[in-house]
Amino acid sequence: MIFKENILITLVIFMVLSLFKNSYAAEDMTNYLMTGDSINTPLDGLTGKPERGQALFRNQNKGNCLACHQLSILKDAFHGTIGPSLDQVSQRLTEAQIRLRITDMKQVNPYSIMPGFYRSPKKINRISPLYENSTILTSQEVEDIVSYLMSLKPNSFAEQQ
Amino acid sequence: MITLRAFRYSFLNLVFLFTLFPSTPLRAELISGYEFLSNQAKDMQNDDFQNPGYLMIEKGLEVYNTRGENEKSCNHCHGNNGEKFTPKSIAQFPKFHNLLQAPVTLRDQIQFCWDKRLDNFPLLYDDTDLLALETMIRNKAYGEKVNVDTSGEMQPYYEAGKKFYFTRFGQMDMNCSQCHDVYTGRMLRGQKLSQGQTNGFPLFRLESQKMVNLPQRLRECFHSLRAQTFEQDSNEFRNLEIYLNARGNGLKIETPAIRY
Ligand code: HEC
Repeated sequence: MIFKENILITLVIFMVLSLFKNSYAAEDMTNYLMTGDSINTPLDGLTGKPERGQALFRNQNKGNCLACHQLSILKDAFHGTIGPSLDQVSQRLTEAQIRLRITDMKQVNPYSIMPGFYRSPKKINRISPLYENSTILTSQEVEDIVSYLMSLKPNSFAEQQ
Repeated sequence: MITLRAFRYSFLNLVFLFTLFPSTPLRAELISGYEFLSNQAKDMQNDDFQNPGYLMIEKGLEVYNTRGENEKSCNHCHGNNGEKFTPKSIAQFPKFHNLLQAPVTLRDQIQFCWDKRLDNFPLLYDDTDLLALETMIRNKAYGEKVNVDTSGEMQPYYEAGKKFYFTRFGQMDMNCSQCHDVYTGRMLRGQKLSQGQTNGFPLFRLESQKMVNLPQRLRECFHSLRAQTFEQDSNEFRNLEIYLNARGNGLKIETPAIRY
């Protein structure tokens, strides 16, 4: 009897512990390794899709990148002028550098106005209850946008004009 | 030699200018949100018949003349149609209230009178009657320059508001200053960023087609930042209002303004 109860108690303890482990993992979901001003490996080892990246780039509830940036191959009516044009950004920056800038620009420029799209929610002040414990983009979505920007070669501008 | 001399002269000139206008070259020029409007929206603001704010003023006058629990109405002290209000005094809000020993916004002052002078049950801060009264009274100071005191008893509240202004909020992780100081004049998609001045409040927003007071507008900002907002009569928003109004000291009151 005592033996059985012990097993039961151990099981319960394990279950409770595993619950904690999960919630801890959820809080620290934005795990990535920063090297200098880059993140060298894709977030969560995921592969991005450029077509999805383009949609996220324009979507006002997702990347909303056009709120601040210009990208001349996109014919959307309004492009913001707060950030630099992202035409040929892949010529200026490596994929790994672009990944960090989208993930959390504040690691590069602490005064940046650019939101950290995959910044740890723990570093956010007074996040709305609607967005608790979430990031603006998922790791997959960051990878999609990275792959989209990397797919824009200088000749893809020439083609459109 | 000549260039050196020219340099010396221009340098002296600069020193001279600095002594004449010690703070001018360092302070950004104040620009009312009016300057960021299209011509059509400007015309709308200036036309009493097109500007929906004037309907709110009419409603405000109705409330102004309504008798309270003690049979008095606002006109008992402030005259017919508010003719006894002094624009200079209205332009000083928020200001220190000696009885309450705290700063009060114009809304707080209206609430104070509503309760203590008319014996009425306090209004909710979201109540249209309060918005209407504020619009009507602030309009009495139309054209008067905003003039908020930031010294003495007001100073700690002003400083708290200023600190708030530079604090990042929400998932967008931005502070007020980034949009309204650093990137003023740049385009956020189709919208030119203004200085976020408060001289037009309460105002009619074209985007939501609604009259709003300042805290209501601030709540919309917090929504855009994906941040947990504050209550309309919270100390945080009150302090921020002190900072924002004082930041626009010298701008002319435009209530009821039209803004995007
Ligand atoms: C609120 C405005 C804002 C938004 C929204 C924004 N950015 Fe930025 N971004 C900036 C600014 C400003 C800079 C310039 C660097 C700085 O000030 O931090 C920048 C810089 C960058 C850079 C570095 C460019 C270079 O040449 O160094 C990249 C890449 C970038 N942004 C990508 C994006 C992407 C992708 C999105 C959408 C997911 C996005 N940004 C959304 C404001 C913004």
